[in-house]
Amino acid sequence: MLNSRIFSIIRKEFVQILRDPRTLILVIVMPIMQLFLLGYAATTDVRNIPMAVWDQSQTPQSRALLDAFRAANYFKISYSVGSTRDYQSLIESGKIRVVLVIPPDYDRRLLEGSAQVLMVLDGSDASIGSTALSTARLVGQSYATKISIERAALTGRPLSAAPPLDVRTQVWYNPDFDSAYFMIPGVIGMILSFITTILTATTIVRERERGTIEQLIVTPIRSWELVLGKLLPYVILAFVETFEIIIIGHMWFKVPVRGSLTLIIITSGLFLMSSLGIGLFASTMANTQQEAMLTVMMFNLPSIFLSGFFFPLEAMPPFLQLVSLAIPLRYYLVVIRALMLKGVGYEAIQSQIVALIIFGVVIMGAAALRFRKRLD
Amino acid sequence: MSDYLVQAIGLRKSFGAVHAVNGVDFNIPAGEIYGLVGSDGAGKTTTMRLLVGALLPDSGEAAVCGFDVRKQIEQVRSQIGYLSQRFSMYEDLTVLENIRFFAEVRGLSSKEWLPRSLDILEFVGLANFKDRRAGQLSGGMKQKLGLASALVTRPRVLLLDEPTTGVDPVTRQDFWQLLIKLVSPPTQLPPSSGKMGGEQEGGRVSVLISTPYMDEAARCNRIGFMRHGQIIAEGAPSELRAILNERILELRGDPMPLLRRVARQDQDVEDVRAFGDRLHLRVGEKKAGDVLSRLPSAIRSEQGRVDDLRAVPPVLEDVFISLAESEND
Repeated sequence: MLNSRIFSIIRKEFVQILRDPRTLILVIVMPIMQLFLLGYAATTDVRNIPMAVWDQSQTPQSRALLDAFRAANYFKISYSVGSTRDYQSLIESGKIRVVLVIPPDYDRRLLEGSAQVLMVLDGSDASIGSTALSTARLVGQSYATKISIERAALTGRPLSAAPPLDVRTQVWYNPDFDSAYFMIPGVIGMILSFITTILTATTIVRERERGTIEQLIVTPIRSWELVLGKLLPYVILAFVETFEIIIIGHMWFKVPVRGSLTLIIITSGLFLMSSLGIGLFASTMANTQQEAMLTVMMFNLPSIFLSGFFFPLEAMPPFLQLVSLAIPLRYYLVVIRALMLKGVGYEAIQSQIVALIIFGVVIMGAAALRFRKRLD
Repeated sequence: MSDYLVQAIGLRKSFGAVHAVNGVDFNIPAGEIYGLVGSDGAGKTTTMRLLVGALLPDSGEAAVCGFDVRKQIEQVRSQIGYLSQRFSMYEDLTVLENIRFFAEVRGLSSKEWLPRSLDILEFVGLANFKDRRAGQLSGGMKQKLGLASALVTRPRVLLLDEPTTGVDPVTRQDFWQLLIKLVSPPTQLPPSSGKMGGEQEGGRVSVLISTPYMDEAARCNRIGFMRHGQIIAEGAPSELRAILNERILELRGDPMPLLRRVARQDQDVEDVRAFGDRLHLRVGEKKAGDVLSRLPSAIRSEQGRVDDLRAVPPVLEDVFISLAESEND
């Protein structure tokens, strides 16, 4: 299938890439930049959430609970309050996000095994709120378990089924709430869709913009040979970038790669068909590189926001959830996250793989049909 | 298969309401340099693009080396070398890399392309610049690179779209010397460039060249004057000049504005153009004698001076202007 004409195009393309520092920087440095930006700056982890405490119990037991919260590092107990009005004004002024209210009978109820504490959360910042909520539950739960075990050891009675503090939260795969785990597989998806669409669209449009297409047209190269020769270098680059991110993500951010590397490569290849197809499609509509960029952006921006990269799909209104079904990145994100973090096998991501194949074939097919080796 | 290397019959191409090529016919035999001459927008570039398959014709037929440009475009492309009006080599590749790329995608093996490329670079005078990036070449060198790249597969037909526009006069001379060498029979070629000419089996090369320059048109074996998408006159330069035999008068004198005004007032003078320090008057058929006898006295009666007034052989530019105007009527 790969004849010498295609090899000539590929070699030419690589020489041009190597001589164009802007493309090189885009290809090599961009992934690292995004990795660190999203791994650190855009982290959804929230630490040192300012917290107020209304300890109505004032007992060793209540102080032990506060120590457990302090030790978790997620909260900073900055205020001690004595009334509802006190903490209300603190929340309103933004000085605290969370209030922990410990009732007067906390120590007695704890002995009975039916203690309750009240967490009041400022929900205006959703990411802080959700982190605070889940962390508070987790802290409460682990503290309750600790007490149960201590008490069982003390009394010699078997561990009671019901914990003295009733919290029902369960965290899988990422017990430290480390958002880099979640982000880094996403960055792979973002790089594969952003850089490849932009580069493929501009590399073809550049031939038109600089007039070299006219000379290419009059050679006996067939359209599909031209398309393949132009796209393959970017497939290779895309895989280089994928491994770049996986390696840095694994070494620096300690993101696990639990699934099969073969499956990661295969599914990434499938997803690349969609990205390259979108780039190719944009190139058939644009006459200048700027036009190509803008066209590609029109695909890429909704795809980033509606794919579940930044915002969870479940939190979107039903209409947008429906729109997201038409976005290939959505399926790829599920696949790559599941493969890296959960280590699932083929069966668990079957339906997403089928979706990626369909999108890849349809988009690539439509773009290839539109691509004409002519000027009009 | 006909004896013509390039044939066009009733070729038409419109862009919206603009009839860029509106029924073009011509035949180019082997060994001929055929010039398409016309002003900007006459349809020269579109005609070229139709012949190389960069555009699809709306109607009409065209064949290159006997291959139909609609149905056998890949065979057509294997026979031609095309130099587009706009520089269309990769500026970020070197001279040799450009030639190599276009040679390889046109089917030359790695064994063939290098010796040939070096020969051709020698032929066009770029041998010393083979490792320079194309973007850093001068305008004339860029055109030579384009020509070299077009020649590397030894095409039977060379299509050159305004190859010398924006090129200095000396380089234009060089360029034409190269073209004339290309189409001449192999025996006349110097041994060093023997591979460039008619060594091709089946005979000599044809060149279709478009140009806005009259001095270049005069060098072609035959020319077709294009206007509004049609060829309005065709023939050897001498045949075309013969159209205006005995109808061009050259006038020298002083002051020029007066000469011009008085000449225009004469009923048999169709057109007045300045050619340097003299005027060319085009007169009606068989009116040269009348104008020669009465114009000097008319000028003198207005206090003008006539140094010289006589019939001269027409140049192509006279013919072109005359043809362009007759179409407007």
